[in-house]
Amino acid sequence: MASTTARRRGNDFTSAAVRGFGYALIGLFALFCVLPFFLVLGTSFTAEKTITLHGYNLWPRDFSTFAYKIVFENPDLIVGSYAVTVCITIVGTAIGLFIVAMTGYALQRPDFRSRNAISFFIYFTTLFQGGVVPFYIIMTQWFQLKDNYLSVLLPGLMTPFLIIMMKSFVKSIPHAITESAKMDGAGDFRIFMSLILPMTTPALATIGLFIAIGYWNEWYNAMLFLSPNMSYRPLQLFLYNVVTSADFVRNSSVASNIQPRDMPLESMKMATAVVATGPVILFYPLVQRFFIQGITVGAVKG
Amino acid sequence: MLMCLPAIVFFLVMSYLPMPGLYLAFVNFNYSDGMFRSPFVGMDNFEFLIHSGTLWRLTFNTIAYNLAFIVFGNGLQILIAILLNELRTRWFKKFTQSLMFLPYFISFVLVGLIAYNILSYEYGLLNSVLKSLGADPIQTYSNPKIWPFIILVTFLWQSTGYGSVVYFAAIMGLDSEILEAAEIDGANALQRIRYIVLPWLKPTFIILLLFSLGGILRGNFGLFYNLVGANNSALFNSTDIIETFVFRSLMNNFNFPLGSAVSLYQSVFGFFIVVTANWLVKKMSPENTLF
Repeated sequence: MASTTARRRGNDFTSAAVRGFGYALIGLFALFCVLPFFLVLGTSFTAEKTITLHGYNLWPRDFSTFAYKIVFENPDLIVGSYAVTVCITIVGTAIGLFIVAMTGYALQRPDFRSRNAISFFIYFTTLFQGGVVPFYIIMTQWFQLKDNYLSVLLPGLMTPFLIIMMKSFVKSIPHAITESAKMDGAGDFRIFMSLILPMTTPALATIGLFIAIGYWNEWYNAMLFLSPNMSYRPLQLFLYNVVTSADFVRNSSVASNIQPRDMPLESMKMATAVVATGPVILFYPLVQRFFIQGITVGAVKG
Repeated sequence: MLMCLPAIVFFLVMSYLPMPGLYLAFVNFNYSDGMFRSPFVGMDNFEFLIHSGTLWRLTFNTIAYNLAFIVFGNGLQILIAILLNELRTRWFKKFTQSLMFLPYFISFVLVGLIAYNILSYEYGLLNSVLKSLGADPIQTYSNPKIWPFIILVTFLWQSTGYGSVVYFAAIMGLDSEILEAAEIDGANALQRIRYIVLPWLKPTFIILLLFSLGGILRGNFGLFYNLVGANNSALFNSTDIIETFVFRSLMNNFNFPLGSAVSLYQSVFGFFIVVTANWLVKKMSPENTLF
């Protein structure tokens, strides 16, 4: 008995030391990863004069919801931004997911002759790119998509990485299943819709999440293609404007009858950040399992 | 098959259509003549970039940052994945993994705001701490020397959780009987890590290394742009990378040819690097290549 317990995993001194180091390092690093979020949250609830006196703090010294009151005093802008982002995210994710799943399935079919050529056609775009300048000219001059939400929706539909990920998921489905469906007379599209889609639900959840998070956090194309004369811009670009420009604050102060010098400038930035990010973070514990699953399959098997 | 058609059209329009546009690098662009009818000027744009020293500065910064990201990023990710594997408390593993993954999940705009929250001269947390310790506050946003450090730390903050999941998943694929056998033979944790886990992670590491080498001339635009700010020229010497330069030449200066010239250089040189890296790996260990 004694000898078997001694052989249980790592009961020697070195292994215990490695473990101790592991707990300490991982614990500290995890703390380092979340603390900044509390800094934003704490500041958003701090009164402006406390910030000017003592600077930002992790814990609000005096609790105040004034910044949030101002943010919601003029809810039109933020509600509009939310609506734009939610719409783009839902529509884009639905279309993107459908195309990615279809392509991933087709490229996985062994009887599809040109699958390698098409795979390379897709993969090559990660190796060589035209760059942002021609892309900008094509989107604005040829397709006339300046100040059009399509310019934010279209580029985010899919990436080669997601198609490769879908491919390796479909690979795990036994080929005999699709073969037998074919014998029963089902067409390719029919097989895809009623067999492949239901069988790859975890994959679809993962890929859908990647696309959806991409849209929710999208600011780059919005910044390129949507000019300030558009009234509602996606949430992250809205946040960017609040953070970087004083215009927004000045407009809010007029709308809420507050002297510009009394505006809670700093805490308002943080409050806007909380409003723009909060829902996603609350959602996060529910969905991160899918992310981890997806990375595991997609990244290792490549 | 028809099912691939939407994807083919998508990549054709989004990725292949802009490629001929790199021709812009050789012209003196004006709006009235458009992309292909503006006067051809040959290598003038490149000559200007080389003589002004811009190309050298951008290349140096982009490569130096990426090398630092690759070395410190992978190092920390592997270390954390291995240590996670040694821990025994399940809830602790799950919980810390979630916390470490969280920063990957948020937008670069928020990352920039958080950095500002910590670094701002008047109110930043860093200076509050320094002041309470009796030290002088630092003018972070006008001090180019500390930025490589700030950018690296932010990068590690954001990407370590994600990357360590990849390595952790790879470790999970390791047959646990091998580890147990090693223990029965009296190997301690360090020896198991040194002789079993690390060699096991080598293929994953090589694949990820190839990917990152391929992108070594591509920056992490969102990170740099949101951390440093669009026009903080005081910091350009230490923070300007290829993509921030291209973005500025597009949005601020409307200098399309210069931006395209840098893009072309980036694409061609980057392509050359991937092919070389892949060829090297093929020579050394044929089973680990990308294509």
